Amino acid sequence: MTLALETRGLCKSFGALEVARSIDFRLAPGARHALIGPNGAGKTTFVNLLTGLERPSGGQVLLGGEDVTRLAQARRVKRGIARTFQINQLFRGLSVLDNVCIAVAERLGVGGGLLKPAGRRADVIEDASRLIELLHLEADAGRRIAELPYGRQRLVEIAIALGLEPRVLLLDEPAAGIPSAESHILLDAIATLPREIAVLIIEHDMDLVFRFAQRITVLVAGAVFAEGTPAEIAKNADVRAVYLGTAAHG
Amino acid sequence: MDFLSIVLGGCAAGMVLFIVSVGLSVTMGLMGFINLAHGGFAMLGGYVIVLAMKHWGLGFVAALALAFVAVAALSVVLERLLYARLYRAAELTQVLFTIGLAFVMTAAVTLVVGPETQVVPLPAWLRGQTDLGFLQYRTYSLVLIVVGVVLVIGLWLGFERTRFGARIRAAVDNRRMVSSLGVDVNRLFTVTFAVGSGLAALGGGLGAEILGLDPNYPLRYLVYFLIVVAVGGLGRVTGVFVAALLIGTLDFVLKIYFPKGGTIFIYALTLALLLWRPQGLFGRRGP
Amino acid sequence: MKAAHEFARRHRLQWWEALPWLAGIAVFFVFPNYLAFSTQVVVTILFALSLDLVLGYAGIVTLGHAAFFGAGAYTVGILAQQFNWNEPLSGLAAAALVAGAIGLASGFVLLRTHGLTLLMLTLCTMALLEQAANMGAAWTGGFDGMPGLSFQKILGLFSFDVLYFRSQYLYSLALLLLAFALVRTLVYSSFGQSLTGIRENVRRMHAVGAPVRARLIVVYTVSAALAGLAGGLFAQTTGYVNLAVLGLERAAGVLIILILGGYGRLYGAIIGAIAYMVLEHLLAKAYPTTWQLGIGVTLVAVALYVPNGILGLAEHFWRKRSGKRPA
Repeated sequence: MTLALETRGLCKSFGALEVARSIDFRLAPGARHALIGPNGAGKTTFVNLLTGLERPSGGQVLLGGEDVTRLAQARRVKRGIARTFQINQLFRGLSVLDNVCIAVAERLGVGGGLLKPAGRRADVIEDASRLIELLHLEADAGRRIAELPYGRQRLVEIAIALGLEPRVLLLDEPAAGIPSAESHILLDAIATLPREIAVLIIEHDMDLVFRFAQRITVLVAGAVFAEGTPAEIAKNADVRAVYLGTAAHG
Repeated sequence: MDFLSIVLGGCAAGMVLFIVSVGLSVTMGLMGFINLAHGGFAMLGGYVIVLAMKHWGLGFVAALALAFVAVAALSVVLERLLYARLYRAAELTQVLFTIGLAFVMTAAVTLVVGPETQVVPLPAWLRGQTDLGFLQYRTYSLVLIVVGVVLVIGLWLGFERTRFGARIRAAVDNRRMVSSLGVDVNRLFTVTFAVGSGLAALGGGLGAEILGLDPNYPLRYLVYFLIVVAVGGLGRVTGVFVAALLIGTLDFVLKIYFPKGGTIFIYALTLALLLWRPQGLFGRRGP
Repeated sequence: MKAAHEFARRHRLQWWEALPWLAGIAVFFVFPNYLAFSTQVVVTILFALSLDLVLGYAGIVTLGHAAFFGAGAYTVGILAQQFNWNEPLSGLAAAALVAGAIGLASGFVLLRTHGLTLLMLTLCTMALLEQAANMGAAWTGGFDGMPGLSFQKILGLFSFDVLYFRSQYLYSLALLLLAFALVRTLVYSSFGQSLTGIRENVRRMHAVGAPVRARLIVVYTVSAALAGLAGGLFAQTTGYVNLAVLGLERAAGVLIILILGGYGRLYGAIIGAIAYMVLEHLLAKAYPTTWQLGIGVTLVAVALYVPNGILGLAEHFWRKRSGKRPA
């Protein structure tokens, strides 16, 4: 079985500071995997290394069995990996529909079309509309991102990633900033993600993690500290110590 | 010996570029604000010196001091009232604002003083030649070189050895971090802007013999100041110094040997340098 | 979904889009003694339109766009003066081609950078061309330029009217219409939409798999070709090319015009050029220094209060009037 995503000995250092230490990571197709760890453990850096936003100092990243370590971000996206950012990265002056359409158009390979009006691309508009409805954003579809509350913007961030129909989806703290009244929308969306997509979620919200994940990886100081099923991780005394330890130090 | 005196002349020109541009480099590195009106402060300094010496009979050094203080004060007013409102604005808006300000300065000077080129009346002790032993050279150019060297050493010491300098260096590298450490970034910038503009004023007056002084000064030399800043690296005093010397000397030498097309080499060199190192010779790669 | 319906109809022609062109034709009949000036307004609109593509839509801040305008102007001039090639339409085609080629080459090299570095590099490229034109006096006439250019009949039918500029005006207007149609098509295409994405958040564009640099190079090249077209038209309608076509004043001038009108809004070029040049025509000749002061103050005020220009202001009031309506 080819892994959806794999890293072998992935390392990254900024000068003397090691933010990723020889990480071996495996994501099976259709997986529901969570990445947790104390603040500063290097979780977001890891995601940046996976997507190509950062270049590793050593090691490999394999997407669907193919070595993509040398590939730039945009090329990796075309190979089927998409992410959301911890802090929203949206097209702020454009409408929600514009945002999602841009992503869908790129996926369909028509983003560079010079002559045909974007309004005539029914397939793009249809796909984008479907995603907007999935995330219950129809009421805001025509409004500019800058006018929306942060929580709704977060949902647009997810819609964009879904619009790319990736094989591997990386969600960087998707619940952060979404008010609890609306978090069920997010949970529903994650629960109904197609079975074929492998999903890696970074989260601090343990409720969400334990509800969602089939496997959990714990990252501490840039290295894999523990890995296993939710039950195993919950029982792992070392993991609890690491979390309690960091809590004690503030 | 002819070549040596040409090189010395180039160094003097480079010093003028340095004195004017160092303020621009630090403020651009500090606040990320593209200030195309910086040359205007240099021009205003020059005009203050000329007017003070001609109409109020001030001595050269006193006029220099007055120019520094007056232009620095004006820049504080402009910074607090206008510039500060655009720190978070789009790059384009900043460009528009500073071009407009440069126009206002040019027009104001034309209306108040007139469109003619102004000449700074140098005091007797600056005119004539000095005997260096191996060479007789213009006293004025030698003084410029000395002033430039003293200034770069002074600034370097100020940046490296004082707390204020440390704060500026830190803020150039990471403004948000510095602000979250409780440093009053706004005050930091106002003071830096004032000193930078004051230095530009000095450069405008000191350099009037070499760069000239007329209402079109700000836009005519804009490209040169920007080149020096970009090639040196934003916020790097040593970088600006090296770049200014390089550009100034090259330009001066080329104008003498290739009067028709020397400047083209400067642009080509800048293009090549910035393509090779977009952050400038001494700059740090951005985040 | 209502938003989807509006999106699908965004590119449709609105009735008021015919107005500028009707006005343009009206000028022909109403101001027959001002057609020389009006022709230059049309040329400037074309130049500003080309800048809007890179600046307003793609977000590339450049102070060196006159490089392409000048390249086009000098192409037409050199062809006419050195090679006796003064057929107007082919001259324009050559101008657009040369300028586009320079745009492609410089865009390929420069668009690896951004921010101040890019701004500097665009300035240097333009200054480099200006110096080259100065040095190549045998071809370009150097500082004095090439005066007294003359051209054959347009399409073999309409001769250049040196007294009233009638044919020049209609010729320019027709070319502007074609160029505008092209720009409008690009702006409403998926390509155009991806440009606004690059402008709004280039990080995100990379993260959705868009080939950002390739897109930027394409728009830069097209824009350069259009600017070259404007420059060539300038040379043909004024009969005089000198170093000023490559100067910072021209580049800064078109930037100011576009921002005053409102960048990224397609019609900002038209509004800005007309407003600025009419005012300049009325005021600058009489009181040049006061004009400069007035422009300076206006720019400062616009930057502080109305950074999106006249069209931005109009949009703001339109939105307020319609209230905050949901999709």
